[in-house]
Amino acid sequence: MTVPTDLDHRFRAAAARSGFLDAAYDVFESPLGELLVATTDRGLLRVSYVQGFDPLATIEEIARLAGRRVLRSGSAIDGARRELDEYFDGSRRSFDVQVDLRGQAPFSVAVLGELAKVPYGRTATYGELASRAGSPKGARAVGMVMNRNPIPIVLPCHRIVGASGSLVGYAGGLERKEQLLRLEGAML
Amino acid sequence: MMDAVVTIPPFETFYAEHAGEVLGLLRRRVGRDRADDAFQETFLRALRAYERLKHGEHLRAWVLTIAARVAIDTHRRAGEPTDELPELAHLDGRPAHEELAFLTDALPAKEQAAVVLRYGYDLDYTQIAVLLDSSPDAARQATSSGVRRLRRRLT
Repeated sequence: MTVPTDLDHRFRAAAARSGFLDAAYDVFESPLGELLVATTDRGLLRVSYVQGFDPLATIEEIARLAGRRVLRSGSAIDGARRELDEYFDGSRRSFDVQVDLRGQAPFSVAVLGELAKVPYGRTATYGELASRAGSPKGARAVGMVMNRNPIPIVLPCHRIVGASGSLVGYAGGLERKEQLLRLEGAML
Repeated sequence: MMDAVVTIPPFETFYAEHAGEVLGLLRRRVGRDRADDAFQETFLRALRAYERLKHGEHLRAWVLTIAARVAIDTHRRAGEPTDELPELAHLDGRPAHEELAFLTDALPAKEQAAVVLRYGYDLDYTQIAVLLDSSPDAARQATSSGVRRLRRRLT
């Protein structure tokens, strides 16, 4: 038997309100393609580009991190989604949503904390970010942290570029990195 | 050595797998009109207890047991007779309580559920309390009085 859509939605919303979820997520369309966004009671836990990834693997990873009571629920992630929509339409330049960095190594937390301070429309190099995080020789390690950034877009790893100004790489694909920088007016 | 414990899936996976069957059971037991509320209550109870599950075996029988309890509660709230037993024995092809069924079938409904959940499913009293919508103490009492009754019958 298929559960009618409105009943399904009602349960998911009730579950989100119940306070018993460890994490909630939803998948929605954005100018960069489908995004999976997951939140916990501490804040935003994941933003990931669905294309090319198995969402189930992401959900299992979320369950390992936050607890097994993970449920898809649009209403639970509404605040984060609204901020992302505003960012994409150009009306938001910084995010207010808290981030949940559980499971991240101390070095990654330090680097991601510095990353969050790189302003809209500006770029910094991997080496600069490494210095700001207290390890001037850590450009390569910073590159790895960027590559595994659990909350891209909101933690703006697209603003980190090579010393020569080249884009270097982006876990979501270079095209998306360019698209984000162009949206912010940082390029060309 | 590899442990044979079945890992517990994310709640989303569990819900997606069993939602349809639970709704079907509830429509049969409480009717279409009341099935939606009972459905929501069933999965909210399951969500509350999900954190404390120790393994992922028998999840289907587990959630159908909760649904059967919710159906009984729905009838009780409406002042309808509730002395029927949950359909435990019919819920699963090879349920965990199979070996207990011939012993527990004659117990009062609450004691039967408590004994089966405690010894058939290896749940603790906190989990059983959630399923029976009562307290851990009451779950413990129901289990031990069920066991006492069985003992009297067997000796």
